[in-house]
Amino acid sequence: MVLKNTILYVILIFIGILTITPFLWMLSASFVADGHASVYPPRFFPDKVIFDQYRNLFSRLNVAVNFFNSLFLSVTVTLISLLFNSMAGFAFAKYHFKAKNTLFKILLSSMIVPAQVTMLPLFLMLKSMGFINTYMAIIIPGMANIFGIFLIRQYVLSIPDSLIEAARIDGASDFKIYKSIILPLCKPILTTLAIFTFMGTWNDFLWPLISLTDESMYTLPVALANLMKEHTRDIELMMAGSVVTILPVLIVFMILQKYYMQGIILSGLKE
Amino acid sequence: MVVREINSIKSIISPLYLFLAPALSAIFIFFFLPVVAAFLISFTDFDIYALGDFSKARFIGLRNYLALFEDPLFWTALRNTFYFVIVAGPLSIAVSLYSAILLNSKLVRFKALFRLTYFMPVVTTLVAVAIVWRFIYQPKFGILNYLLAFIGINPIDWLGEPQWAMPAIILMSIWKNFGYNMIIFIAGLQNIPQHLYEAAVIEGANRWQQFRSITLPLLAPTTLFVSIITMIGFFQLFAEPYIMTQGGPLNSTLSIVQYMYREGFRWWNMGYSAAIAFVLFIIIFIGTLFQFKIQKRAEYSWY
Repeated sequence: MVLKNTILYVILIFIGILTITPFLWMLSASFVADGHASVYPPRFFPDKVIFDQYRNLFSRLNVAVNFFNSLFLSVTVTLISLLFNSMAGFAFAKYHFKAKNTLFKILLSSMIVPAQVTMLPLFLMLKSMGFINTYMAIIIPGMANIFGIFLIRQYVLSIPDSLIEAARIDGASDFKIYKSIILPLCKPILTTLAIFTFMGTWNDFLWPLISLTDESMYTLPVALANLMKEHTRDIELMMAGSVVTILPVLIVFMILQKYYMQGIILSGLKE
Repeated sequence: MVVREINSIKSIISPLYLFLAPALSAIFIFFFLPVVAAFLISFTDFDIYALGDFSKARFIGLRNYLALFEDPLFWTALRNTFYFVIVAGPLSIAVSLYSAILLNSKLVRFKALFRLTYFMPVVTTLVAVAIVWRFIYQPKFGILNYLLAFIGINPIDWLGEPQWAMPAIILMSIWKNFGYNMIIFIAGLQNIPQHLYEAAVIEGANRWQQFRSITLPLLAPTTLFVSIITMIGFFQLFAEPYIMTQGGPLNSTLSIVQYMYREGFRWWNMGYSAAIAFVLFIIIFIGTLFQFKIQKRAEYSWY
């Protein structure tokens, strides 16, 4: 039993080391001077901690602008989609209307359509509206999504009808019910969805790459990819850029990991 | 009474539409409409000239699709993407299941810590970690070759050799994604009643037999779900080759989405690009049906 236990831990720790080694190396390489990361054998701890790369990123390359774009877009998309998805999710869970089930089925089955299919017409559409290379190019397609509606609907279904009826007898309007009963009770699932959306928008690459064309409009991943092309040799600088891009999502995740994990499980079990 | 009824109907109907309208109209205009439009565009010769004046696009029937069949680069992209999905998909699911089973063991403490560690790559920005891995694979001073040197393997130019570039991308993708499915598998494992294993132990079943005849069959719905979302996600391979290899060397890592992006947004052959996107959609659709089918067959053979 003891031996078995030891083997188990050895394997677990081994996988753990494999998982975090790339992060460690990234972190270490971001704190050294130019050229100090391209040494053999590789270092996992910086020889001398300096912040030149980060200073470079923010002063010379103006990454702060991209950081702001990413933050602003992720927060905006999250807030708008949370509002729209929660309203629709509530409607699908607690209202009865003729086409409800058909409509919901159509929505669910269309989740199989890869987003790339929509990108060409979406680009043309937003271009003719004058929204390409503006924040709207990211916000508009992100306003609502089927997965979010689905997640909230599942959750609202578990809220007893009696609660809503009681409020209705007390004279509460539908919006009042949505605002003061449904939303407060939905806090956990809204948190889950908020993290999903925030991280999804923050990490997204292909659509921002297509729809944002000026460096000053780039989100962090696009700016990073662009930097990669121009500064292929500057490993230390690239690593600092990666740290800046990764750190915010990692922090959000660490704080709210419980909700994030639960969201994954929910999406897996209810399908 | 009648007035009250009308009022109550009003209060039932109109809020409903107000609740649904924002999300559904957004989804209709910016998702469903573009899907239909993409389908139509795939039958036109929409190019850079049509970009300025949409009326310049002409209907050319199936010509884009026929051209795809004769386009060697498209076949290369198709082959690469299938290579990636078929190898990385099962491997990453196997790693996910293995680590889920390890973490589900009653003997393990600090479960939350391990789970958190394994999950870290999942939440981090793909573009950023692809850049990190690009340097991990660096032939002279990258850490992978450094580690491999300990077991006597000579340096490999991972991203520079056509036969190694795709395996390198596969390895990185497994590292990036296994934590996600692991979480779903852990939830699935916890739903398996413990007494089944106890009964199996009494009947003298070993670990492997327990896995074969209890874990695997009872986990089948979870596995199906995991396989489908993994397959759908992996078919959309883009950022890894875009960042790490630009599709090279010798197009050995060019993926379908990357080819679609290149044709559509680099050369503005949007009609052609839309056809590529639709082929991807059809592949994903058939793949999903296929998964459902084999899963069903497998279920029969287990019982």
